[in-house]
Amino acid sequence: MTAVASHLTPLPKSRARKVKNFVATAVIGLAFVVALVPLVFLVVYVVQQGSKVISWEFLTEDLPFVDRLPGGGMNPAVVGTLLITGAASLMAIPLGVLGGIYLNEYGGRSPLARFIRFLSEVMTGVPSIVMGLFIYTLVVLNTKEKTGFAGALALACLMLPIVIRTTDQMLALVPSELREGSFALGSRKVRTIRTVVLPSAAAGIVSGALLAVARAAGETAPLLFTIGIVREANTDLFAGQNTALSVQIFTNATSPFSVQQDRAWGAALTLIVIVFVTTIAARLVTAFFARRQTA
Amino acid sequence: MAVTAPPRPNDSPAPPSRGLGTGPRPPGILTDHIFRWVALASGLLVLAILALIAYTTIDNAWPWFRHEGLGIFADNWDPAKGEFGAGAMIYGTFLVGVIALVISVPVSIGIALFVNEIAHENLRKPIIYVVDLLAAIPSVVYGLWALAVLTKPLADIYQSISDATSGIPIIGDLTANPSKSGLGYMTAGIIVAIMITPIITSLTREVFATTPPSLKEAAYGMGATRWEMIRGSVFPHSRGGLVSAVMIGLGRAIGETIAVALLIGSSQHISENIFGPGDTLAAIIANQFGEAVGIQRAALIGMGVVLLVLTVGVGILARGIVSRYDRRSGAVA
Repeated sequence: MTAVASHLTPLPKSRARKVKNFVATAVIGLAFVVALVPLVFLVVYVVQQGSKVISWEFLTEDLPFVDRLPGGGMNPAVVGTLLITGAASLMAIPLGVLGGIYLNEYGGRSPLARFIRFLSEVMTGVPSIVMGLFIYTLVVLNTKEKTGFAGALALACLMLPIVIRTTDQMLALVPSELREGSFALGSRKVRTIRTVVLPSAAAGIVSGALLAVARAAGETAPLLFTIGIVREANTDLFAGQNTALSVQIFTNATSPFSVQQDRAWGAALTLIVIVFVTTIAARLVTAFFARRQTA
Repeated sequence: MAVTAPPRPNDSPAPPSRGLGTGPRPPGILTDHIFRWVALASGLLVLAILALIAYTTIDNAWPWFRHEGLGIFADNWDPAKGEFGAGAMIYGTFLVGVIALVISVPVSIGIALFVNEIAHENLRKPIIYVVDLLAAIPSVVYGLWALAVLTKPLADIYQSISDATSGIPIIGDLTANPSKSGLGYMTAGIIVAIMITPIITSLTREVFATTPPSLKEAAYGMGATRWEMIRGSVFPHSRGGLVSAVMIGLGRAIGETIAVALLIGSSQHISENIFGPGDTLAAIIANQFGEAVGIQRAALIGMGVVLLVLTVGVGILARGIVSRYDRRSGAVA
């Protein structure tokens, strides 16, 4: 810690030091403002542009026969986003929670558990477009069909490592005295996990899972080559092509036609509402459980 | 995040004692075994998926590797002529990543210090929530917004910077010929910077929070101002963790796809001109895969492989830095 000492030798110009401290504090505070500016501008702009377009018809009508025609709505994309994200969550969350339970309750510090932990960290970093290519090569090329389910698989691959890692970390926070108490009362491992460990960590796991859902709902890249396009809502994930809000925004964003741009803004507002509601729900879950535990 | 995994309280979980009841096999033992294996299988799924990702993508990209050989790194992307070098895209990927880091890292460190050292305790959580909302906004919405709102003013700014710096040796070359549309490396880099700020902020915050209070108090005790305490106690303690936070940020930046695909300008040539258009690995896949056939399709899948190798490599490097630093200081569990 010689570095500390050299910085802290008393300096004669205490006024200069105060000014320096003030400037540094101001710059640090400014950093937060810099991050705040794009957030506020983006949200305000999307709400402004989107609210001009959004109506009941926008949410419930099919896409127009040709993209550049006026009229029509985003219903197929809304349905697609909800169904595909929902199916992905149904696959990724149970498997992810199970994987997290293995890591913390069975694996602990064993080499295998550490290896899996390392791999899920690596998998979190795999870009979403690579997940799209992966499902394209594995599923779409083999079934020769683009479906909502293929898109859901790609999203599930993105969510899985996030859920595993959150569960692992949240379970690690559960005091081992709780487990020991349960064992002492004669409960087996499964019963202990089900009735003692999981309920104690529920808030963190639910909130982590919701954040993973929010991230998946906004993803475009994994869906681009896996779900195709459809103009009427397709509620069958396993047959026929599908579409999603994010994909619609991407295809309409670069269009020179104003009806298409309007549709992109409407879809963007819808998508942001879905994502923000999920994110805020995650925070509320945490806050609610935290208050109940302290009470 | 891995930087400060919480200490595991159950390093040696007490196994349920089996020997006490010596009668018939107690019920539930089968459930215990089945559950254990199901849980293990779910964990191994990660391994299986990663192996499958590597296998199917490399398998489908093989025609490209065979067709180009080492030419995959050449700067000659021209599907019409049957040339599929990814050099320009690899270059663009790193350039956008570096621009994003240069903007994002100082801002993230600033926010992290603001939350940890300056903001009132009651304000910390709201600030963190707000910064995390930046991460919740979908990539495609960033792209749409930047296209509509940012590209025109940015084009003007690029032009005036270019005018002001023309003739200056190196800087003048970097800023020559800004794109008229405002699309290019810089615009993509700025948006990616916004997108990676939340993750770098949260990692840096965790690193800064590991500074022992005694070090900080020692600095204050010697009469240091807050800034001198940060420079003297927090920064030296956090160096290793900071480097790895930056690496993880770089990994996210080079994988960023949709916003970049909308903003990069899609020009497949290496250009030192940071205000001009370019392309990245992820962006060209998103933009061209739909119409690609034959070798071009294999090449795009191959660029996915290159992207995978880059992100995984950067991730492992980041982890290596953390664990080396851990061993040395023993500060982070």
